[in-house]
Amino acid sequence: MIWVVFAVMTGLAVFSVLWPLSRSRRISPANLPNISLYEAQVAEIDRDAASGLIPAPDVPAAKAEAARRLLAVSAAQPRSAPSQRNLRIAALAAIILIPVLALGLYSRVGRPDLPDEPLSDRLQATDSGKTDIAAAIVRIEAHLREHPEDGRGWDVIAPVYLRLGRADDARRAFTEAIRLLGDSAAREAGLGEAILANAQGVVTAEARQAFEKAKAADPALPQPRYYLGVAALQDGKPDEARAIWTKLADEAPAGASWVPVIRQRIAALDGTPAAGPDGAAGKSIAALPPAQRAAAIRSMVEGLSARLQQSGGSLDEWQRLVRAYSVLNEPEKARAALIHARKNLSGDAGANAELDRLAHQLGLEG
Amino acid sequence: MIVEAGHYALVLAFVLALFQATVPLIGVGLRDARLMQSARSVALTQFAFVAIAYAALTYAHVTSDFSLVNVYENSHSAKPLVYKISGVWGNHEGSMLLWVLVLSICGASVALFSRIMPETLRAGALGVQGWIGAAFLLFVLATSNPFARFAQAPLEGRDLNPILQDPGLAIHPPLLYLGYVGFSVTFSFAAAALISGRIDAGWARIVRPWVLAAWTFLTLGIAMGSYWAYYTLGWGGFWFWDPVENASLMPWLAGTALLHCMSVMQKRDALKIWTIFLAILAFSLSLLGTFLVRSGVLTSVHAFANDPARGVFILVILVLFIGGALVLFALRANTLQAGGVFAPVSREGALVLNNLLLTCACATVFIGTLYPLVLEAVTGEKISVGAPYFNLTFVPLCLPLAIAMPFGQQLAWKRGSLLGAAQRLTLAIGCEFLAVVALALVKGGPVLSVMAAGLAIFLITGSFADIGARALRGGGHVFARAFGLPRSAWATAIAHAGIGVTLFGLASTGWGVEEVARMQPGQTVAVGPYEVTVASITPGKGPNYDETVAHTLVRSGGVAITEINPSQRFYPVREMHRAEAGIATLGLGQIYMSVAEVNRDGSIDARLYWKPFVILIWIGALVMAAGGLLSLSDRRIGFAFVARARRSAAPAFQQAAE
Repeated sequence: MIWVVFAVMTGLAVFSVLWPLSRSRRISPANLPNISLYEAQVAEIDRDAASGLIPAPDVPAAKAEAARRLLAVSAAQPRSAPSQRNLRIAALAAIILIPVLALGLYSRVGRPDLPDEPLSDRLQATDSGKTDIAAAIVRIEAHLREHPEDGRGWDVIAPVYLRLGRADDARRAFTEAIRLLGDSAAREAGLGEAILANAQGVVTAEARQAFEKAKAADPALPQPRYYLGVAALQDGKPDEARAIWTKLADEAPAGASWVPVIRQRIAALDGTPAAGPDGAAGKSIAALPPAQRAAAIRSMVEGLSARLQQSGGSLDEWQRLVRAYSVLNEPEKARAALIHARKNLSGDAGANAELDRLAHQLGLEG
Repeated sequence: MIVEAGHYALVLAFVLALFQATVPLIGVGLRDARLMQSARSVALTQFAFVAIAYAALTYAHVTSDFSLVNVYENSHSAKPLVYKISGVWGNHEGSMLLWVLVLSICGASVALFSRIMPETLRAGALGVQGWIGAAFLLFVLATSNPFARFAQAPLEGRDLNPILQDPGLAIHPPLLYLGYVGFSVTFSFAAAALISGRIDAGWARIVRPWVLAAWTFLTLGIAMGSYWAYYTLGWGGFWFWDPVENASLMPWLAGTALLHCMSVMQKRDALKIWTIFLAILAFSLSLLGTFLVRSGVLTSVHAFANDPARGVFILVILVLFIGGALVLFALRANTLQAGGVFAPVSREGALVLNNLLLTCACATVFIGTLYPLVLEAVTGEKISVGAPYFNLTFVPLCLPLAIAMPFGQQLAWKRGSLLGAAQRLTLAIGCEFLAVVALALVKGGPVLSVMAAGLAIFLITGSFADIGARALRGGGHVFARAFGLPRSAWATAIAHAGIGVTLFGLASTGWGVEEVARMQPGQTVAVGPYEVTVASITPGKGPNYDETVAHTLVRSGGVAITEINPSQRFYPVREMHRAEAGIATLGLGQIYMSVAEVNRDGSIDARLYWKPFVILIWIGALVMAAGGLLSLSDRRIGFAFVARARRSAAPAFQQAAE
């Protein structure tokens, strides 16, 4: 469809050059534009003379001057019989050059593959069943702009922010939800995780306070207990961490999907190489509750990034890293990763082309 | 699809501009009428494609299509519709697209109107327009493409700079661009005349309406920009001698000079080379303005984005066009026939004086604007050239200009009498004297204000002296005679009177009053003849901002006469504050109140001004523009004259041949 539109427009453009070339115009002396110009000048001299702007004796001289000018101009009128050869060259140039230049240039700058994306269409698309979390967020955000005192709205959107890695927004939303709806174990735990994510995975004093509150409100909730263990480990108390985690794993309901992860961490504390192959880690991450999953994925991505930057890696790994950042909604980091990848793989033209294609796909260019 | 169709239309417009730049000019060289003819249809089609591109971008802004980088960076779904539309040109890419659109409108008008002009001149002018169009379309496509896309569209935009979310944005840039870019037509005609090597009074007659139109729009655009700055920036100032303002003032001064010397050329076939030079100068200064504003050399609200590539590109365009035109001028100017000599005391002599003063004034502004930039580029030293410099250079040049203006109007062509002119101005001089005495007694105040206001009265009355004298001379009813005078005579009088009106407004700033106060609700501050009381300070909410509004009563002698609501707004998306001034127009003066700061204790820091006669500054500009429009409507000068000249065809020609 869009190519039909392009074709019609190109045709119009070519036609606008061809049309005047094809018309044979006869220029008769009476139609010479200069004559009417000259008449107007003479009429004006008369008017000026009548109103006293030009002294009467000067009038004939002024008119004669105007007539002289007319003669000078008339001597150089265009030829009435144009050369056919020139016309043919011009016509041919129009027919060939306009489409070639236009399409050539457009193919460099244009994106014919991308449709229009008016906001209203995108928001409606969600109503009709397609799940578009981003669109839902926009609607909730709009609602919260209008009704900032609606605690439920904040409560709904806060975990979504957390999952998307928008830690700052998540923290604000949890704080608002707590202010409006009061404490709850889930909210405090979420707040703790948001603060944690903001601090690049470090359990700060604030985060710890939130986790403590959450634990107090619901001692059975696993997340706060897990992170309190992490906090203990950060403080250089591996024994305390082991105690917390062991207790957590022991008290876990039968078949809880997150138990293996905790067992792994305990094993790591004991110095046993527990980090299994990627596949196993991936499975156990998938089994985590959503909020923890995000944090776990993030720490894995950061690990990959650190490794690749330190010791380089294959094209495949770099691509995985860029994609991961893109999925985590961190275009700056994705771009930075691209730059590192290009440096790292600078000798490999094929790999660079692949990276360009990836950047294009993800909309990361410039 | 609409967006990409617009993008493709823009590319096609560029390709057509290349054709417009070559085929008609080759036609002029070969004297081939059909090749020349192609200029018109190509110019019209090129306009159509730019218009399609512009409409597509507007569509994207209105529907919040954030898959366009330009929309994402400068719009927000919650932004009111009017700012979605005007926001199209409230950013670098969009404003360059508007620039190109206006350029193509100018080209299309040259193609459509003025059938009277010789084919060679039109083809030459449209060819040169084609070069300008191609250069700027390439600039847009290569460095400032408004149609750049995201593969994955963000869901919300970053909103428009709050200062630009104002009705002023809807009016000021289009008017200013019509003025700036309008001078491209004059430039193209001058270049075409140089190419063909022929130029005479007929050329002046053909080109004059274009100068008038561009000048009128530029006048309105500058006035609108000044009023916008006045009510938005919160300082109550209306002209800051800021480089961006100067950039618009310079083409205006050159254009004003051009307008006047064109009438000499039209009537006396003289000053031809000078006219051509001014035509080149006016557009060169427009280009310079575009460069200063768009390249990022200056940091201002006008410079939306800084990108060295853009600056270099515009600089190249600037050098190519100005340099090319000047080279052409140097090669061809000596082949142009100079007109006759004339007496110093005559209408043309007065117009030469006018040109001399205006170009000198333009030069002072040029130096004051560029010197700091050049100095910074060379030595790295930052200096700012402001009002003191311009008061010492620009103003002394304008005073003799203002004094001489009514005299020039009284002089006849070829030979005039200064004494006679003075006699006819007796009444005006009397009015001036009376005004000075009356103002000194009533207002007192600075001597400069009183003198300048007196001069303004002299200008206003003197502007109409010529019309009065011509109406009184001879028989018949005075009013019938006055209204029977050519519209151009009225237009001159009105435009000159407009200068007087503006001058009066400027002079009155000396009687203004300024107060700065910390105000609590209920508190009253006396400002000039009025008392201003803050009734309450309340929070409010707009579509995309939060605000604190100070509901304020203005009283005169204890009687409340009006209410103003100055506010301080906060735009969360950009995290920017903006003061919205409260302005009450009382007579010709204004009470102006701006909230500078909202304090924690609930009080506000407010700036309050009483500005007597202040709106005359802008009314004067409107009057000037009205004069320009009236002159355009005059059949002898304006576009309308074409039709009439066609109707009465042969007889006059024969009569003259005899």
